[in-house]
Amino acid sequence: MQIDLRTVSIQPQRNAFDHLVRRFGDKPASRYQEGSYDIQAAENLHYRPTWDPDQQLYDAGITRIAMRDWYALKDPRQFYYSTYTLTRARQQDTTEANFAFVESRGLADRLAPELREAVLRLLVPLRHAAWGANQNNTFVCGYGFGTAFTQPCMYHAMDNLGIAQYLSRLGMMLGDVEALDAGKAAWLDGPAWQPLRRYVEDCMVVRDPFELFVAQNAALDGLLYPLVYARIVDDELSARGASAVAMLTQFMAEWFDETRKWVDAVLKTAAAESDHNREVLQGWMAHWSDRAAAALVPVVELVLGVDADEAVAVQIAAFKARIHKTGISF
Amino acid sequence: MDMKATKKKLGMKERYRVLTRDLGWEPGYQSKEAIFPYVRYEGIKVHDWDKWEDPFRLTMDAYWKYQAEKERKFYAIIDAHAQNNGHLNLTDARYLSALKIFLQAISPGEYAAHKGFARIGREFPGVGTQVACQMQAIDEIRHAQTQIHAMSNYNRYYDGFHAFADARDRIWYTSVARSFFDDAMSAGPFEFMIAIGFSFEYVLTNLLFVPFMSGAAYNGDMATVTFGFSAQSDEARHMTLGLECIKFMLEQDPDNLPIVQGWIDKWFWRGFRVLGLVSTMMDYMLPKRVMSWREAWEIYGVENGGALFRDLARYGIRPPKGWDDAEQAIDHMSHQFMLGLYQWSFGTAFHSWIPSDDDMAWLSAKYPDTFDRHYRPRWAHIKKLKAAGTPFKNYGLARLCQCCQLPCVFTEPGDPTLTCHRETVYKGEKYQFCSDGCKDIFEHEPEKYIQAWLPMPALFSELGGDVAAWMDWVNLRDGADNGDYDGSRDQKHFDEWRGLATSNL
Repeated sequence: MQIDLRTVSIQPQRNAFDHLVRRFGDKPASRYQEGSYDIQAAENLHYRPTWDPDQQLYDAGITRIAMRDWYALKDPRQFYYSTYTLTRARQQDTTEANFAFVESRGLADRLAPELREAVLRLLVPLRHAAWGANQNNTFVCGYGFGTAFTQPCMYHAMDNLGIAQYLSRLGMMLGDVEALDAGKAAWLDGPAWQPLRRYVEDCMVVRDPFELFVAQNAALDGLLYPLVYARIVDDELSARGASAVAMLTQFMAEWFDETRKWVDAVLKTAAAESDHNREVLQGWMAHWSDRAAAALVPVVELVLGVDADEAVAVQIAAFKARIHKTGISF
Repeated sequence: MDMKATKKKLGMKERYRVLTRDLGWEPGYQSKEAIFPYVRYEGIKVHDWDKWEDPFRLTMDAYWKYQAEKERKFYAIIDAHAQNNGHLNLTDARYLSALKIFLQAISPGEYAAHKGFARIGREFPGVGTQVACQMQAIDEIRHAQTQIHAMSNYNRYYDGFHAFADARDRIWYTSVARSFFDDAMSAGPFEFMIAIGFSFEYVLTNLLFVPFMSGAAYNGDMATVTFGFSAQSDEARHMTLGLECIKFMLEQDPDNLPIVQGWIDKWFWRGFRVLGLVSTMMDYMLPKRVMSWREAWEIYGVENGGALFRDLARYGIRPPKGWDDAEQAIDHMSHQFMLGLYQWSFGTAFHSWIPSDDDMAWLSAKYPDTFDRHYRPRWAHIKKLKAAGTPFKNYGLARLCQCCQLPCVFTEPGDPTLTCHRETVYKGEKYQFCSDGCKDIFEHEPEKYIQAWLPMPALFSELGGDVAAWMDWVNLRDGADNGDYDGSRDQKHFDEWRGLATSNL
């Protein structure tokens, strides 16, 4: 039986803030809507930046992508700070439990030496690539236009940092601080890593926020995550007896599945906006994904050897199929 | 080999270094100049970014965990507050004027800080500095959102909240806070850090947050108290960052001192002007008052600020140039502001009112040297006009200061009977200021401040001086959002609803 408690009933005067009523109609607004729409200053900006007087303080014109309404680029996960943090805190609990499980059972110590070497060789230098991703997403958040587009980039940047830290912990668990030093040396001087490092550094001078979004979050991570975490860690290395490592990278695999939905939604909306946008996106996607694929081949070779070309080719095909669904062909 | 035995246990500091600073590297394919293009033009010299001391050592796993706990509590409380008509526990709906000003003027500032810290979280070349700034960037969007969410329920029942996004960009008094944050964001990364991270967060935030949140608690506003408490541990981190950053600049090169001192002078005065609105809230807008603005200034300005600048003296830093002028203004500013707000209340999306006899007795006691002598007679006159059915309204437009954008309502330091007014001519145009502090700031960077968007001239150039059209443009509902609290819809509703909740009539 349902018992309705009686409370004093008073009549609300309105449903939502005016700017949300204008967008979504006269009804209560969600917390995502309240925390995302029109909260960036839009008019009567006072001063031009002294760091670049050609720009406005918030300037939609610093990217080649043009949107009538930047708030159209909404996040299908509807992440605002609270939902984002709660989601990651839950995942962090799992990750912590996984690390504890591997540690307490000494699973890392039981890895065959050549397998441990392979894991360290591949995963530890990637902490620097993840730091590069953090830099780039922080940039997109800082200089991109409209909260709907930029807020998830801040969350993404912090995720990139979290991933860099998980990879560092993994490296320390398997090979102590020396493994991190060796990984950094490889990142700086190892021939296998130079194309990727060049890619990351080249991204750091791209100052079109949307192009950077494409180069980092779509082109590079769209190939890197499935290749490294699905194809190599989950399939190849687990089959060779390193399933403990897959536990330590579970966060990365799940994170990629979650975040690609957001990346795809942004691309799809931007491409659908105009032929101009679609052409620009196609150009960027072709350019950056070619470079990303080439940069990843020597990295994949570190573990897969002669099978690397084929593994990358398979992933390029899958990536193209994924991106075609957003209306971008290349 | 027993791996466990050989594993090194890292100390906290070393572990944090490995998990953050060690992630960065010296670029080889692009120059540092190309990657960090904005870090030199302000003239700050940094020789070694590794000398940066991390103000707090928070890794992402811990960040997510702590913050999620706080978020869970925060939303549980504001959900309950909304569900139980928590707004009826307010001492009086007059109190909401303070919240309306906060949502229209300060919450957008939190968002600006979010964007600004994201930018410098990318533009500073040191990893430790970057990570600290990025964490502040994500915290600041949290604050903007928790404030909007906490006030959303008030918007459903009370006027003046509904158009905060329009007010942020268009209404005249929000340009005080907007121009402050726009000024900081249009500055270089180091000046931004001094403006927001040091002056605002470290020197002035206690004057804003402590009285504000205590005022909320005293007046039964659980929603605001909750976001205040929830933000407190974030603020503690932000203050540490601000202080660390200033020490870092000063330790890196002696040439940095005059630049930093100039910014401290500027941003102290800018901040002091913005926070002037808080003085009015504390002395006039809280039905149940926490302490006077003068008392808050003694604790958070004189004592805390004094200790801070004594600490910084070893670097050669002296207290901000405007400090003495500020001290002189303390006993006057809240009264001058409230008198201004009352006479221009047709143009504010919040209410003001004539203080009651009890209020005036309190003000006399708190301001024995100034209130009875200079301000009580004006209120008495305004009260008489209202009783005669001819309430005092000033439909003339205020002369705004070109720098801080407040109306020029302040008096001369040393002479409370004379309105302070300064002007300067730049490239054949005349510019007006409220004080020496604001004039000095302008003259140091005239090319910046001549760009300021001033809402009063805009009203004439864009709307031909038509006040009704202006109200439409700023989305101000005449007769609901604005005017005297006495006789307002908010007053009528609150009394009626509270009657429903507390009696059987």
